[in-house]
Amino acid sequence: MRKLYIASLLIGGMALGSTASQAEDKDWGAYKVGDKLSGYTYATKETRAIQDDDFENPAQIWVDQAEGNWSSVEGEAGKSCESCHNAASDSMKGVATRYPVLNKNKAAMVNVEQQINFCRTSQMKAKAWKWESAELLGMTAFVKLQSRGMPVNVKIDGPVTPYYEKGKAFYYERRGQLDMACKHCHEDNPGKYARANLLSQGQSNGFPTYRLKWQKIGSLHRRFRGCNKNIRAQPFAYGAPEYVNLELYLNSRGQGLPVETPSVRN
Amino acid sequence: MLRALAVLAVGATFSVALSAATIAAEPAKLVKYEIKDGNSIPKSLTGKPGDAKKGREAAIHRKKGNCLACHTLPIPEQSFHGDVGPDLKGVADRYSEGEIRLRLVNSKVVNEDTIMPAFYKTDGLNRVMKKFKGKTILSAQDVEDIVAYLMTLK
Ligand code: HEC
Ligand code: HEC
Ligand code: HEC
Repeated sequence: MRKLYIASLLIGGMALGSTASQAEDKDWGAYKVGDKLSGYTYATKETRAIQDDDFENPAQIWVDQAEGNWSSVEGEAGKSCESCHNAASDSMKGVATRYPVLNKNKAAMVNVEQQINFCRTSQMKAKAWKWESAELLGMTAFVKLQSRGMPVNVKIDGPVTPYYEKGKAFYYERRGQLDMACKHCHEDNPGKYARANLLSQGQSNGFPTYRLKWQKIGSLHRRFRGCNKNIRAQPFAYGAPEYVNLELYLNSRGQGLPVETPSVRN
Repeated sequence: MLRALAVLAVGATFSVALSAATIAAEPAKLVKYEIKDGNSIPKSLTGKPGDAKKGREAAIHRKKGNCLACHTLPIPEQSFHGDVGPDLKGVADRYSEGEIRLRLVNSKVVNEDTIMPAFYKTDGLNRVMKKFKGKTILSAQDVEDIVAYLMTLK
C-alpha cells in the first residue's frame, strides 16, 4: 500500500520536475544556516511533505526494525546494544553531530557505520553487518535519528586536520572521463538544472536518506559512489578512508545544519 | 602538461603533435589538431564537414554529447533542458566554426575551471572507469557532426 503511494508520488514528482522549491524563496527555518542550504530546500514540495511526516516517511520501516535490533542479543558475548548503551535516546544523542571521529589508536577516521560494526565485532563478538544491508542502514539511521534537529558540529582541529585536508582535496579534485570535481556541481551550480535534476549543495546532514529514485534507504557512501560513477570515475569501496575523509569534509562544510536523518530526497 | 602548453601558446599556433609525452600515453587513433590563437581549431578533425542532422542526434544522446544536461537547445521534442551553461540558440552568431570546435574538443583551453567536459581528450585524466579508459567521450566524427549542427544555430 505504502509502496504504491510512493510510486505514484514518484511519477507525480517527475511530471512536476520543476515545482522545486528554491524558486519559492521562502523562509527555510532551520534548513538554512547562513548560506548553507539543506537538500531539503531543493526537494520538491511533495518530497518535503513525506519527510515532514514520520508516518509517511518510508525510511521509518528500517528505523523501526533497528529499534528492535537495539535490544536483541547477538554474538558470543551474549550482549545487545542495549546491554552497554541502555536507552539510545540518551546514549546516542549528539553522536551524529560529532562523527566521523579519530579511532582509538588514532590511525584513521571512523564514521557511524564503522563504529557500529566495531561494537558488533569487538564488544558483542558478532559478525559485522554488510554495507547497505537493511541492518546497518537501519541502525545507522536509528543512531543518527537520536540527534535529529541538533546542529552538525564536527571537530577538524589538532590530529584530525590532516584527514580534513585530505577530504577537502578530494572535493576539489577532478576525476572521471567527464573530468569534474564535486565542487563543479555542488559549489558552482546549486540551484541550476542538470536536465531534470535540480542541483543542490550536496549536503550530508540527512543521511542515510530515503531516495524515491532508489525506492530504498541508502548511505552517504552510496551517494558518493553514484556521484563518482555519473562522471565515469572509478568509485571507491564503501567505507574507504577516502570516503570517510570526504564525509568529514562535507559535514564540516555543512557545519550548523541540523541532523535530518532519515531525510527523503528525489 | 598539454593544457599548460596550450595556455602558454596563446597567440601562437600550437600543435598537439609537439607534445611527445602526451602522444605516447594516448592511443594512436586520436587525430592531431592545431589550436590557433588559443581560441580556435580551424581545421575539421576528419578533414571533411560534418553532418548536421547526425550532430543534432549526437548532441541529444545521453551516452554521447548529452549537451542538454547543461544547455538549452532549440530541440522542442526533448523536455528538461539544463541551464548550467548558456543557451546555445544563436551560438553560430557568437562564435566561428573553429571556436566552437575548440570548445567541444577541450573547453579547458579557454576556461581552465569549466565544468564542461573535454569531449575529445584522453590525457591528464584521473581515476577514469576502466571501460572508458583511453577513450574520448565523442569520436572525431561526432565532434564534426555536432559542430555542423551548432553552425546551423543562427
Ligand atoms: C555532474 C554533477 C555532479 C557531480 C560532479 C557530483 N554530484 Fe553529487 N549530486 C548530483 C546530483 C544531480 C544530485 C541529486 C540532486 C542534488 O541533491 O544535487 C547529487 C546529490 C548529492 C548528494 C545528496 C544531497 C542530499 O541532500 O541528499 C551528496 C551528499 C552529493 N551529491 C555529494 C557529492 C560529492 C561528495 C561529489 C564529489 C565526489 C559529488 N556529489 C559530485 C550531481 C553531481
Ligand atoms: C559490550 C558493550 C558494548 C556493546 C554490546 C555495544 N557497544 Fe557501542 N560502545 C561501547 C563502548 C565501550 C563504546 C565507547 C568506546 C569505543 O569507542 O569503543 C561504544 C561506542 C559506541 C558508539 C559511539 C558513541 C560515541 O559517543 O562516540 C556508537 C554509535 C555505538 N557504540 C553503537 C553501538 C551499537 C549500535 C551497538 C549494537 C549493535 C553497540 N554499540 C554495542 C560498548 C558497547
Ligand atoms: C556539465 C555541463 C556541460 C555539458 C555537458 C556541456 N556543456 Fe557546453 N558549456 C558549459 C558551460 C558551464 C559553459 C560556459 C562557458 C564555460 O564554462 O567555460 C559552456 C559553454 C559552451 C559553449 C560556448 C557557448 C557560449 O555562448 O559561450 C558551447 C559552444 C558549448 N558549451 C557547447 C556544448 C556542446 C555542443 C555540448 C555537448 C556536446 C556541451 N556544450 C556540453 C557546460 C556544459
